[in-house]
Amino acid sequence: MTGTPEKKVGLSRNQMAWCAAQDIPDGSMVNLGIGMPEKVAEYLPADRDVFYHSENGILGFGPSPAEDSIDLELINAGKKPITEIAGTSYFHHADSFAMIRGGHIDICFLGAMQIAENGDLANWSTGAADAIPGVGGAMDLAVGAKSVVVLTDHVTKKGEPKLVERCTYPLTGEKCINRIYSNLAIIDVDANAFVVQALAPGVTLERVTELTAGQVRAGDNLHTIECPEL
Amino acid sequence: MINKKHADLNDAVAGIEDGSLILIGGFGEVGNPTELVHALIDQGATDLTIVNNNAGTGEVGLAALLKAGRVRKIICSYPRTVDPHVFNELYRANRIELEVVPQGTLAEKIRAGGSGIGGFFTRTTTGTPLAEGKETREYEGETYVLEDPIKADYALVKCFTADRVGNLTYYKTARNFGPIMCMAATTTIVQCQHYVEAGGIDPEHVITPGIFVDRIAVVAQPMLESQLIARGVSYTEGDQTKGIAL
Repeated sequence: MTGTPEKKVGLSRNQMAWCAAQDIPDGSMVNLGIGMPEKVAEYLPADRDVFYHSENGILGFGPSPAEDSIDLELINAGKKPITEIAGTSYFHHADSFAMIRGGHIDICFLGAMQIAENGDLANWSTGAADAIPGVGGAMDLAVGAKSVVVLTDHVTKKGEPKLVERCTYPLTGEKCINRIYSNLAIIDVDANAFVVQALAPGVTLERVTELTAGQVRAGDNLHTIECPEL
Repeated sequence: MINKKHADLNDAVAGIEDGSLILIGGFGEVGNPTELVHALIDQGATDLTIVNNNAGTGEVGLAALLKAGRVRKIICSYPRTVDPHVFNELYRANRIELEVVPQGTLAEKIRAGGSGIGGFFTRTTTGTPLAEGKETREYEGETYVLEDPIKADYALVKCFTADRVGNLTYYKTARNFGPIMCMAATTTIVQCQHYVEAGGIDPEHVITPGIFVDRIAVVAQPMLESQLIARGVSYTEGDQTKGIAL
C-alpha cells in the first residue's frame, strides 16, 4: 500500500463501451440493450456501416435528437428519443421479434447479473419473493441473436463475482453468451471456461481469476487492451 | 355500405362485457390508445384481463383503468415503466394477477391468435422458470417450448390514418403491437388521428387491411401519456374530455 487512495482499477464504463464498439464488424445488424449497452453506439468507428435494431419496431436509427426536434413517438426500447437515418424501417412487434428469434440479428449487447462458465445468463430476476418480475425481450435476444455479448462490471457492487460456475439467479437463457466485456477483461465463453482474450491495463490474469468464481484460462493471444482515456 | 366510423369514443367502446380479454396497444408511453382506454373506464366494464407490453404509467390510460379497479389480470412482458406505482400497489396488495411473458413470445402468441395457429414451439424460455410445466420438443438438437395463442374479445389500438373500411397506417414507433393486436380480437376498435374516405390511403401503404378492423373513433389530437403525466393528469371516470382538453 502506498498510502494514497486506491485508483479504480480497470476500464471505465465508457472504455468498456469503446472496446465493444471496436469489435462490431462493418455491415452488422445490432441490438443494443438498455443501459450501458446504449453507450456502444457513441464509440462506433466511423468506417463501420452498422444498423441498430430496437425491439419496439425500428431498424436503423441515429442518436438522440436536439431538445427542440424530439419526436415523442420515435423511441428506442429504453424509451429514449432517437432519430431516423437514411435506410430506417418500421415494423410491428411480431416482425421485430422474427428478426431476433429468427437469427437475423448479428449481435446483441445485454447487461447481466450472473454469467456462468457454460454461457448461461441470468439478468431478469433475483428470484426474491417480493420482486415484481419483468423480462421484456431479454429471453428472446438470448436465444435468437447470432452473437450474444454482455457488458458488465466484473463484480457486483458488493464485490461478489458476476462470472460464476453456475448461475444461482433464475436463468434468462441457457448457454447463450459468447463474449463478455467487463471492466477488467475481454472474455470469451467457450463451452466450460471463461477464456480471457485481453486484459485492461494494470490488470493481471491472476486478479481476474481471483474475482471470477468459475474456470478461467488464458486465450492463445492474451494481450493488454489499448484504449483511449474516456 | 361498409362504414366502421363511430360517432365518438363512447359509441366505439359500447357493449364491452365484464370479464372480457382485451388487447391494448402501446410500448411504454408510445402507441397507447389512451383516449379509448379512458372511454372504456367510463363505459364501466370490469373484471377484465388485459394484454399490454407493460402495466401502465402514471395515472392515465391503462394505469387509470387499473386504478379504477377494473382489471383482474394483466399479461405483459415488463410491468416496470417510468412510473408504475398503480400496478405496483395493486400487485403488492394481491389485488391483481400478473402473467409475465417474454416480449417476442407475447407478440407471437398474439400473431398466432389472429392467424388461426393453435400454438407454436419456440426456444425462448428454454431452461428458465417461465418454461416450467410447459410441453417441449426437440428440433435440430435444441429444446423448444410450446406456447398457446392469445385470442381476445377486444383490441384497442391507436393508428395514424384510417379509412372508411378500416384500412390503417401507423406513425413511426407507435406502430409496435397495433397490427398484430388488430388481427387477434373478435372486435377490434381503433382510434385514428386522421380519417379519410376509402381510397384515401394508397393501397401500397396500407399496414393493417380493413378486414381486421371493426370500429373506428376519430381522435384528431391524441395526447401522449408522457404529455398527460407531465401535466399532472390523473384520469378519473366521467371526465368527458378523455384527457384531450388542453
